[in-house]
Amino acid sequence: MDRIQFEDVSKRYVLGDRANAREALVAAAKRAVRPRRAPAPKEVWSLRDVSFAVADGETLGILGRNGAGKSTVLKVLAGITSPTAGVSRTRGRVAALLEVGTGFHQELTGRENVYLNGAILGMSRRDIGRAFDAIVDFSGVERFLDTPVKRYSSGMYLRLAFAVAAHLDPDVLVVDEVLAVGDAEFQRKCLGRMEEAGSEGRTIVFVSHDLDALTSLCRRSLWLDAGQVRASGDTRELVRDYLASGGVAQRDSGPLASGGPITLHGVGVYSAVSRAQAALVRDEPVRIEVDFSAEEDVAGLDLAVFVTTASGVRVLDQALSDGGPPRISAGRWCVTLEVPPILNVGEFTVGVWFGTAHTDLLDEPVTASFTLFGSDRGRPGRILVQDLPMSLSRADGSR
Amino acid sequence: MMAPVRLDGDSVRWTENTPRGVARDDPWTALWRARELIGYFALRDLRLRYRQAVLGVVWVLAQPIASVAVFTVVFSRLAGVSSEGIPYPLFALVGMVTWTYFSSTVVSASTVLASNVNLVTKVYFPRIAAPASSLLPPAVDLGVSLLLVGVLAAYYGVSPGVQLLAAPAWLLLLVLTATGVALWVSALNVRYRDVQHAIAPLLQLWLFASPVAYGASQFSGWQEWVYALNPMAGPIELGRFALTGTPWPGWPLAVSVASTAVLLASGAQYFSRAQRSFADVI
Repeated sequence: MDRIQFEDVSKRYVLGDRANAREALVAAAKRAVRPRRAPAPKEVWSLRDVSFAVADGETLGILGRNGAGKSTVLKVLAGITSPTAGVSRTRGRVAALLEVGTGFHQELTGRENVYLNGAILGMSRRDIGRAFDAIVDFSGVERFLDTPVKRYSSGMYLRLAFAVAAHLDPDVLVVDEVLAVGDAEFQRKCLGRMEEAGSEGRTIVFVSHDLDALTSLCRRSLWLDAGQVRASGDTRELVRDYLASGGVAQRDSGPLASGGPITLHGVGVYSAVSRAQAALVRDEPVRIEVDFSAEEDVAGLDLAVFVTTASGVRVLDQALSDGGPPRISAGRWCVTLEVPPILNVGEFTVGVWFGTAHTDLLDEPVTASFTLFGSDRGRPGRILVQDLPMSLSRADGSR
Repeated sequence: MMAPVRLDGDSVRWTENTPRGVARDDPWTALWRARELIGYFALRDLRLRYRQAVLGVVWVLAQPIASVAVFTVVFSRLAGVSSEGIPYPLFALVGMVTWTYFSSTVVSASTVLASNVNLVTKVYFPRIAAPASSLLPPAVDLGVSLLLVGVLAAYYGVSPGVQLLAAPAWLLLLVLTATGVALWVSALNVRYRDVQHAIAPLLQLWLFASPVAYGASQFSGWQEWVYALNPMAGPIELGRFALTGTPWPGWPLAVSVASTAVLLASGAQYFSRAQRSFADVI
């Protein structure tokens, strides 16, 4: 029996929609005078004929790049926005968690926010009253319940906000990238709660860039690409195909960042073995390419690429000047850094720094991210997998 | 297609989201279902308003008192406007507290959706709860102001008669009129932010086009009927009749009530059509 049915759902957004009354009046007057000549507003199809169904008690994952339409699917599901064509059906109470703490007010106390937020999310006063102790317990902010949340640390704030959402008791739970915020412990708690909800037989739709979480939570997933369903099926297989399609390397069309005369066009992470193969594995070298341009000559311009683990440890930091003084004149350049297979499996972020010995021009800690797959050979704690010479010798003088 | 039916007693109702919007409830049912949320929204606004104000609720009285003082000098002393047999300050105060309820509601309704962008784009809640919640905090102010009306009436020795029985009708008409305008401005302001800028000058003009500082009895013949088209003319005149015993407004009241009915029906209609695209255009 289905809980969710999506039938040929399309969603169109009109860009630059009339923002104020004067423009709307002018446009209406133009249409009245010359009905044909008014230029058609620019349209973007966020979803195109998307169909899928989710069975009762199933957990469905949705993956795809930024702008693929993942959030729009969730918004249509939750009834926040309506489709341009097609129909979305849900059965029972739907709770959408597209953002942690929507409706929290800085000036109100923790207790007041729990009630307000619960009501916004669709809980009745009785529901909230019944769940109140559990919510406080889960959040661990008991001592600060009567303090305005503006005095909370961001961690406490997130925990309390998620605690309310976690006790919604819905038939269908819709969760967007909420786990992207907060520390590792918070994320574990969120994931744990979602697993619990899944095992209680609730229907869950989960969007995430965290492919590990997706794989562990959802047996079946949907892969959205440019507003259309590219594939659906077993999450493990889908994730593999997704990675192989180049979903790992992030190369945007617009510039990533700019500072002073420097424009960073893109940072790509590729397998150094085969350019076509985008799934990165631990045992093979990785190539990082930085595409940038300098508008003018900067004396002593230098560049550094650094790699950080998911827990924030900087494992690599290589400057171009490490190999002798670089000479970068005005123009467009590409810097390639080859990383030998020394990193363990996990997620990494690539950052780039531009500057001279005296000034920082551009410091972007997150320009691309990549995941190394493979086995960690039973030692998940280590970051480096470099084999080092190790020998054994007797120290008691005997032979 | 046949709707699937579950036999284990779980909720079997499908909610459909189509290009025509979410097929849930009509506005009035939605309003009833969202009553707790409306209460929490109103409670939030009340708490925030008085959280760090030492004199608290006393501030509610400042506005009507200041206006009545000005009106007394300008309209009563200088222009010699008739106050229909009761002392002018009392006459103007009753008009002013009625008007203040209306204008506070409309001002807060104009921004209630547009200033809560995340609420509109990140969660689903019955949208009508937002403008409905702006009806409540001004009601608290109205209650406080009515105490002042009572004090002033006692001071002038004006005691209410059987007309006081019309007070509930007065409140109902006032709330319905405010609701009609609140639905319009809250939905319009989501698309056209011009509304929140236009609202203050418009209300200023509307105030002087309403029988607050003077009585509707200033007009006669066809003017009287045109004047009665103002939906706020009815509530103000009715309030004065109920609380201070001025003459019964008569047939123009029916015209004003009809204006309110049109405003309310069209407001509900526009709001339920516009709410489909709130999250897209906000």
